[in-house]
Amino acid sequence: MTGFIIRRVLSSILVVILTSIFVFVLFFKGLGDSPARNACEKLHNGRCPAPVLASIKHEMGFDKPVATNYAIWAKGIFVGRHNVYSDGKGYNCPAPCLGISQMTSNTVWHDLKTKYPATMTVAVGGASMYLVLGVILGALAARWRGTFADRLLVGGSLIVSSIPYYLVALLAWIYLSLQLKLFPNTGYYPITSNPGKTIAYMALPWLVLGLTNCTSYARFTRGQMVETLNEDFIRTANAKGVRTNTVLFKHALRAAIVPVVTIFGLDFATLLAGTIFTERIFGIDGIGNWSLQALQPPMDINVVSASVLVSAILVVVANLLVDILYSFIDPRVSIA
Amino acid sequence: MSTVTNSDIERAPDRSGATVGNETLLEVRDLKKYFPVKSGGVIRRTVAHVQAVDGVSFTLNKGASLGLVGESGCGKTTTGRLITRLYDPTAGEINFEGTDIGHLTRRQMMPIRSEIQMIFQDPYSSLNPRHTVGTIVGTPLRVHNMVPEKKTLPRVQELLEVVGLNPEHYNRYPSEFSGGQRQRIGIARALALQPKLLVADEPVSALDVSIQAQVVNLLRDVQDEFGVAFLFIAHDLAIVRHFCPEVAVMYLGKIVEIGDRETIYEHPHHPYTQALLSAAPDVKQAAIGGRRERIRLEGDVPSPINPPSGCRFRTRCWMAQEICAKQEPPLLQIGKRHKVACHFAGEIHQAPARPITTEMLGVDDQGNPTGGATPAPMQDQPGFADSWFDLKSKSVTSA
Amino acid sequence: MSTDTFERADDMAAPANPSDPFLVVEQLTVKFPTHDGLVQAVTDLSYTVERGKTLGIVGESGSGKSVSSMAVLGLHDPKHTRLSGSIRVDGQEVIGAPEERMRKIRGNSIAMIFQDALTALHPFYTVGDQISECYRIHHRVSRGEAKKRAIEMLDRVGIPQANRRVDDYPHQFSGGMRQRAMIAMALVNDPQLLIADEPTTALDVTVQAQILDLLQDLQREFNSAVIIITHDLGVVAELSDTTMVMYGGRAVEYGATREILTHPEMPYTWGLLGSIPEVAGDANTRLIPIPGNPPSLLNPPSGCAFHPRCPHIDKVPGDLCRTTLPDLVPGDRGANHVKRCHLANPSEIYAGEVLPEIAPDLIDPETGEMIPEIAEVDPDEV
Repeated sequence: MTGFIIRRVLSSILVVILTSIFVFVLFFKGLGDSPARNACEKLHNGRCPAPVLASIKHEMGFDKPVATNYAIWAKGIFVGRHNVYSDGKGYNCPAPCLGISQMTSNTVWHDLKTKYPATMTVAVGGASMYLVLGVILGALAARWRGTFADRLLVGGSLIVSSIPYYLVALLAWIYLSLQLKLFPNTGYYPITSNPGKTIAYMALPWLVLGLTNCTSYARFTRGQMVETLNEDFIRTANAKGVRTNTVLFKHALRAAIVPVVTIFGLDFATLLAGTIFTERIFGIDGIGNWSLQALQPPMDINVVSASVLVSAILVVVANLLVDILYSFIDPRVSIA
Repeated sequence: MSTVTNSDIERAPDRSGATVGNETLLEVRDLKKYFPVKSGGVIRRTVAHVQAVDGVSFTLNKGASLGLVGESGCGKTTTGRLITRLYDPTAGEINFEGTDIGHLTRRQMMPIRSEIQMIFQDPYSSLNPRHTVGTIVGTPLRVHNMVPEKKTLPRVQELLEVVGLNPEHYNRYPSEFSGGQRQRIGIARALALQPKLLVADEPVSALDVSIQAQVVNLLRDVQDEFGVAFLFIAHDLAIVRHFCPEVAVMYLGKIVEIGDRETIYEHPHHPYTQALLSAAPDVKQAAIGGRRERIRLEGDVPSPINPPSGCRFRTRCWMAQEICAKQEPPLLQIGKRHKVACHFAGEIHQAPARPITTEMLGVDDQGNPTGGATPAPMQDQPGFADSWFDLKSKSVTSA
Repeated sequence: MSTDTFERADDMAAPANPSDPFLVVEQLTVKFPTHDGLVQAVTDLSYTVERGKTLGIVGESGSGKSVSSMAVLGLHDPKHTRLSGSIRVDGQEVIGAPEERMRKIRGNSIAMIFQDALTALHPFYTVGDQISECYRIHHRVSRGEAKKRAIEMLDRVGIPQANRRVDDYPHQFSGGMRQRAMIAMALVNDPQLLIADEPTTALDVTVQAQILDLLQDLQREFNSAVIIITHDLGVVAELSDTTMVMYGGRAVEYGATREILTHPEMPYTWGLLGSIPEVAGDANTRLIPIPGNPPSLLNPPSGCAFHPRCPHIDKVPGDLCRTTLPDLVPGDRGANHVKRCHLANPSEIYAGEVLPEIAPDLIDPETGEMIPEIAEVDPDEV
């Protein structure tokens, strides 16, 4: 088990490093000196004298090879950097240094820490909602497969998944929150200060995320369950006199849930890396919104690199956790 | 192929060896296949080996058939896959018409692949459900450029007819056929390249009883007509007996007894062969009076990762003694066409009191080296020698 | 068994006469409606099983042999199954019985053993958990007691170090041990009827012999009724008292096992006997297969379902085989041996034509008669 985890952590680190190199190099090469030019124009009201540009380029490292720049950037994550040049000024950037955000002039790490709890709250609440709802609905649909309720679920899920998510979210917000006032206005309030308010303000985003995503989980779970219910060991359980519901939820669901967990792990990681539509529509100040803003010109390259790095780490960690979880669900999977 | 008349039975040839050429087609020498077992540490070292096949030697003449019998995990299927080069051997030689094909590259194997074909156990999963029968049978013809493109279809139809299927059905999909018919398709595919050797891995064990007989008879016809040599791998002793004039019994990666059919079935000398023969339920015996007395083996086959020392069968053998744990019995030729690997080889209830192998191994009755005697080299050679160790006289005799 | 204080479902009813057969199946018909039409899986099947006796049901895939026993436990999905006829367990009708009553019978007074224990046991639960679950469904006992019972049963079926192996998962067992565990699970509630569906098909011969021995010992010990479903006539020959041969969803021959195997009267049974290669006997003879393929259950052949494959059809006058379904009636050998065939003189044909082909060694070469020890089985003896 330990050997497996160490091996997987090592390979995960490799994946993260390769992703960061890939992204860093592509942006560095692709943007050329335009970040320097932007900074220069900002400082001199749209004009950019050549000596100033040259000095800014030097400060920003454009006169050095990309490998050197990557090394400086990567080293900064661990030991911090001094005198990080941005907006014509030098900033101090303690470890873990991901650079300075041009939008806020804060360190990227500082902004990330501020914005992350909101995204986390959206993701955890939404994901648990769609997982639980989806699996239960799917299991029940499998039990009553072929009936009207089953067809309703399968058909309904098709309709829901054919409507763009942002439309559902927007309409839900307009009708449920603005018009009918069933939910308070949305936004993020730190869970540490007032949990009741957090839940009240997050309820609608969670519900929308949960309901729209649970349909695909319900269908997937249903498919897995239908397959599992045809297995020999289900017949054995029935022949033992096990109650129908026990057969369904103890014997069948445990076997059917393994692939669902895999998909969920990856979905959840993506969700943690930012839920752009949810955050935009419901006015939640999370990292999805943050990285979206960073993409608008002039691009805040440090923020973009940081968010790519974060999502790479999240996906890799989620994969690792799913693999470890596997060995707990399925004793045949030996991850020794 | 669907109706059988008395004339079919009469024309069944005697296959005790007379009709078969004496030219060696396949000679397997000390073949080994070890699958690595990896450790769970940070660096995955190979900590052990599954000794799936551990030093198997035999020969197969042109147009002859050899049965490979044993229980699950004995290495019979691995042996078949080594010979068809689906696996790479760990050690040993596979001499096919004089060429050692054991270590040829993919490219070098290409011309030989058409000569060695395989029939698989499961007629459901071994045929691609999305290809028509015509495509399945015709693909090997195209891959090996056996016939011009235009002649492919007539050749496919000819093959379908040979295996007793309607040649007009070349356009159908495997799902439209029953299990027995699918196995016929598999046979047609294997025959397409006119191979010299067919490795049949449990070709009938997935089929219903009444269909099994049809397929076995078809395989016999195929052999008669095309002179193909068969390596017939099966767990069912009765089926093998009906098909193969020569039989090798495997246990835990080794051949424990090999010989002609009469010897193996009428006068088995290895306790495992005796147990296997006695274990199979027999309709006629039982119909007369309930369950007959039989040798009952205890327990299960040990792990091939860590096989027992000395004789691998000793943990389940009712005759095992000290020497069996200490010395591995050599595969000793004890008859004209009969080899057995047992310290106490003998017919059932007539096993010798003293081990027969002490002198050649240079050990005493308990298996401890005596030092005095010089052990004769006991290298197992494929095939049979002209002289052998006679159990009665305890000396080497020849025909 | 001292812990057995829980009331059995079947005890609640008026006590059945213990000399009556434990299981009576009468005119059982099972049909499955499908998109392609109605699958007539079992038609008009009747049989009985007494306590302490074994019934062997023989047939090929699609003969309906497993379907009928699943019906005994009410395991078919009622939405997709049409059942008719009568199945009485210890005097109680189970067709149409409420689910709750069926549930109390399953695993309790009737238990089942399935073919492939690797797929028939849940891969994610330990062997011990699965056995104790079966015990706890039908007995009010603590987890600890149930586990103790599981260990006791594992020990009884010959699993070494049962108290340690009880916590193993099925994949950690060898094939033979898994089948033993399966038997332990089936026997944990002392069932009065054990249905074994191809219990040894997936096993090696030496292990198969061990399992058959075990089944026979356990049956003697518990005096339970056993139904053994198999395609292997050898297994039936060794274990069962009576044998029923099924073809195309119907019984085609039914009687004492020795009778059926030594004096079969139905060409399909002859065919089965002829198809089996033997370990002894002349190896150079060709096997005598049954030509053709098993019948479709969607569109069963007219008349006798076996007629398209029957080599003796010309011995029946007229078109009888093609047009008329023969009744299951006694043949030449008395009332205890019934067969579904129009042939007027099956014994003669068998002795004169079939036996010399399929088992020439059983014919006395001098007299041309059957070897006496086989010929002299008294049909009324069993």
